[in-house]
Amino acid sequence: MKPNDLTFEHSNVQTLVHAQNLHKHFGNNHAVDGVSLQVKAGEIYGLVGSDGAGKTTTMRLLVGALLPNAGEINICGYDVAKQVEMARSTIGYLSQRFSMYEDLTVLENIRFFAEIRGLSSSEWLPRSMEILEFVGLAKFIDRRAGLLSGGMKQKLGLASALVTRPRLLLLDEPTTGVDPVTRQDFWQLVVKLVANREGEGVSVIISTPYMDEASRCHRVGFMKAGKIIAEDSPSNLRTRLNNRILELRGTPLKSLKQIAIQDEDVEEAAAFGDKLHLRVKEGKSNIVIARLQKQIESQNLNLISLREIPPTLEDVFILLTEFNHD
Amino acid sequence: MTEPVISVKNLTRRFGDFVAVDHISFDVQAGQIVGYLGPNGSGKTTTIRMLLGLLKPSDGSATVLGYDVFKQAEEIRARVGYMSQKFAIYDDLTTLENLTFYGGVYGITDKARINSTLELVGLNGHEKTLTRELSTGWRQRLSLAIALVHQPKLLFLDEPTSGVDPTARRAFWDLIYKLAEDGVTILVTTHYMDEAEYCERVGVMRDGKLLAMDTPTNLKTSIIKGDVWEVYARPLEKGLEILSALAGVERVGLAGDHLRTISQRVEKEAMQTLLISNGISVDKIERGEPTLEDVFLSLAR
Repeated sequence: MKPNDLTFEHSNVQTLVHAQNLHKHFGNNHAVDGVSLQVKAGEIYGLVGSDGAGKTTTMRLLVGALLPNAGEINICGYDVAKQVEMARSTIGYLSQRFSMYEDLTVLENIRFFAEIRGLSSSEWLPRSMEILEFVGLAKFIDRRAGLLSGGMKQKLGLASALVTRPRLLLLDEPTTGVDPVTRQDFWQLVVKLVANREGEGVSVIISTPYMDEASRCHRVGFMKAGKIIAEDSPSNLRTRLNNRILELRGTPLKSLKQIAIQDEDVEEAAAFGDKLHLRVKEGKSNIVIARLQKQIESQNLNLISLREIPPTLEDVFILLTEFNHD
Repeated sequence: MTEPVISVKNLTRRFGDFVAVDHISFDVQAGQIVGYLGPNGSGKTTTIRMLLGLLKPSDGSATVLGYDVFKQAEEIRARVGYMSQKFAIYDDLTTLENLTFYGGVYGITDKARINSTLELVGLNGHEKTLTRELSTGWRQRLSLAIALVHQPKLLFLDEPTSGVDPTARRAFWDLIYKLAEDGVTILVTTHYMDEAEYCERVGVMRDGKLLAMDTPTNLKTSIIKGDVWEVYARPLEKGLEILSALAGVERVGLAGDHLRTISQRVEKEAMQTLLISNGISVDKIERGEPTLEDVFLSLAR
């Protein structure tokens, strides 16, 4: 697997983020080890990997909060090393540990963020109202931030990051700890932001360790040990395993797993609650299904169903990383 | 059927006017892996605290390993293991020193037991590693070892694999399945769908209520009655508007570069024709699989 082997069509779509061969080490720890990134306007890009894979460090390099040991970053036409203030003025950043003033109201919080970003008083109010409307907090402008629910706090964070009308929005694990309903709402906002302002061309880079979230991005980069080990759209990544994932349900699962892993064309069998996921060799799924059915029958075990299922991003991630377990 | 390891009936906890846990009932049998899925603040931790005998229920009853949570809290605590995501591991101690320290808390001083616990979680060979040098995945294994050192019959895991990638998560869960095969009962609280998918049964919590509890497969088939379609069309927002208005479509969501719909008796061709006649270009429409997130959204709305 060659990292970053993407070709970019040089159409009239602008590339807002150009990062070339970034390196950042802290002592012996190579947190970011040769990352290159291109993100186009109108694109939601997911940096996907575990804690410590280098996602947050990559974001902090992009925003100019950390200096890379090597590599170049260009954001919206500005060189981050030389024009950091200009570059930053185009970025909205929602960090993992976003903090707000709990004893200030929603509107006061936004005002604070707007003013430190240099917005004048004639600018910030209408713009804040527009954004609070967009995230659904317009009715709560006088509520103290400390009294907001988790989901509303998160929307306030998003609103604060959006108040300067950034062209690039960096979201570092924004939905950690929130419920699926809130998460769904949050994603609808992000997708709308990108879709709505297609003319202005907003890009979003979002980091997450979760595959259900990764699958909502236009393009994802799987990160491991400071490197992007694969990069593509979720559907293209999934096609790498098309027709190679089987779902097996039945009892007892342990015996079924034994039978499955002994099959010569089964590469992996993983338990998933009440079922097994099998990864089979290319072009072998029908043979494996027929063979396992016969075997399970002959051993008098209970088979409920055995079928091919669409591969998930999780299956792909595991395939790509199984030769370098940590 | 033998006596359940956990038996909860109408368990309720109020804090003033706030009902944190609202008349929940469920049973867990020995060797089962049960997930308790819900957002922060939905009552998961309050339930666990009651089951551990740390918090008195306001109403209802519960037994854990046959002991009454009201009257025999100490018996329970001596027999269960608890792995919390916020568990303090001493960063400047080695893995072995951490486990020896926490073993001591439970009165376990037997070196062989400590070593076999490290081996069980795959940390043998890393005895002398300082814990601050461990990756998140390995720290989670150490936390698990600490929860297991007194050989509990019941294990509570609080978001055990938060923040790790699927490879590390799967490796961790292989350990959990091994424990369950040996008869350990496991209750996992989480708000991550990726994690809940690994459980044999999943209970869905929201606002203090247990909305459903079943196998992930049964939850998906019983609660998501319709078909899932992944619709690649643009412009997305207009497509969303049009599909939402189509009879039989229950939900449409923006899923990044495409739309995800749940519908009943709606043919793929019907969606395609409708979208195209409204000037929307359609790349492809593929069948999708229902997820636990769909289940949660259906139950919550």
